[in-house]
Amino acid sequence: MIELRGISKTYKVARRNAGFAEAARALFRREYEYVRALDEVCFAVETGEMVGYIGPNGAGKSSTIKVMSGILTPDAGECTIDGLTPWKKRREHARRIGVVFGQRSQLWWDVPVVDSFELIRDIYEVDAAEYKRNLEELTELLELSQIMRTPARQLSLGQRMRCEIAASLLHSPSILFLDEPTIGLDAVSKLAVRAFIKELNARRKTTVILTTHDMNDITALCERVLLIGRGRILFDGSFGELRGLYREAPGADPNASSEELVAALYKEMKI
Amino acid sequence: MRLYFKYLGIQLRCQMQHKGSFFLNMIGQALTSLTTFLGVYFMFLRFHTVAGFTFEEVLLCFATVLLCFSAAECFGRGFDAFSRMLGNGQFDRILVRPRNEALQVLGTNVDFTRLGRFLEALAVFAYAIPKCGVAWTWDKAATLLMMLVCGTAVFIGLFVVYASLCFFTTEGLEFINIFTDGGREFGRYPFSVYGGRVLKFFTFVVPLALFQYYPFLYLLGRAQHWWYCLLPPISLLFLIPCRFLWKLGVRHFRSTGS
Repeated sequence: MIELRGISKTYKVARRNAGFAEAARALFRREYEYVRALDEVCFAVETGEMVGYIGPNGAGKSSTIKVMSGILTPDAGECTIDGLTPWKKRREHARRIGVVFGQRSQLWWDVPVVDSFELIRDIYEVDAAEYKRNLEELTELLELSQIMRTPARQLSLGQRMRCEIAASLLHSPSILFLDEPTIGLDAVSKLAVRAFIKELNARRKTTVILTTHDMNDITALCERVLLIGRGRILFDGSFGELRGLYREAPGADPNASSEELVAALYKEMKI
Repeated sequence: MRLYFKYLGIQLRCQMQHKGSFFLNMIGQALTSLTTFLGVYFMFLRFHTVAGFTFEEVLLCFATVLLCFSAAECFGRGFDAFSRMLGNGQFDRILVRPRNEALQVLGTNVDFTRLGRFLEALAVFAYAIPKCGVAWTWDKAATLLMMLVCGTAVFIGLFVVYASLCFFTTEGLEFINIFTDGGREFGRYPFSVYGGRVLKFFTFVVPLALFQYYPFLYLLGRAQHWWYCLLPPISLLFLIPCRFLWKLGVRHFRSTGS
């Protein structure tokens, strides 16, 4: 059970005009702009739900994930995840969640992937039997047996992403945050990742929150969509309802792809 | 602690993958310090003593500081290269893992090539220990060991200060190098040769002299007080403000997210 109530976060960003003179001036007197990354964000996610979290770049998706995973302390608001406040009980909370950052690797570059897995096992203090069981299951579902003995730097992006996902699940977390897990993947890898997430959710009842720019991820996986723009939750419901919302808008194209639909909505909502 | 050794293991395996660069780096590290050593050597070709210390005595001092520094650089590399970790988001990953942040930073980056200097320091020790005219007794050997352990800890403390400041400035602040690299270079000679003010600074502010100068005098039998041999552990007090600064930095990071 994930609950966010009135989560707000403001960043201080230095701003200046272009040019050397401006740069020199900014060295001494800096003008700051306050950017509201999160503005009274409220939502709740039940255990076992799969939720797609969408929004344009810079809308506050990553900040929300950071708050929920305990990296970032918000300015205001409450967040309880299975009874804990993430930023207050960082370590305890970390044992229960898995986080995949699609743009960054958590594997050790120069050693075979299985070595990284073993170190992660020790970091999370997973006991031997559980580790073995998880590793066998993940190897089977993600087809890792061929690539596990290869150093991470020699893997293709798709292979590596499968390993990243496995690495985040070795400690059997009950919640999984996926931050753009399909970014840059080819069609085959995307399908494999989607199939796996679906299977994981069905087998283990893992709660999944997934941010993405690929609407096919959402339609394939998530019953429910959260749309964030300029730090506010603008929509919370099924993708079908989102489509309905679009159809009501003037000039809607009934044959619009999900991509076009979302783009039109972003435009309409001015986000 | 067990986890730390696991980290060491994986780092060693990583670095041995590129054995060419591993050994070349190691030799390179040793060579750069060799020039420092030659600096001391040529100084003593012209002058037979420096501020009352003989060549062999200074070598003992030189080797102590070099050994401490290289060990600190090898094991504390995570803090030394911390600005990179902040930049590429690795620190976010550390925060979503259920372990102590500092331990993970230490474990994420261990640079075994720095042991090139370490080996060089050992070689100088091998020469200086029998020749420096110290009548080695158990208590003196223990003092030397304490100097080495505490010295390494103080240098790591300096790296922690350096890393903590990165939280506020994002870029590393090179001025801290005055105390780390500078400490290593100054530390070739007992701190008293630089005059009273420098000695006071390195006693009370950045306590390099507590593991270098005072116990060193004790080894040579020139200490005014017997308790000089107990000063190295006192230098560990320096780690308290370091730890505080680190905690402050982590808190700042978690409230600004950058």
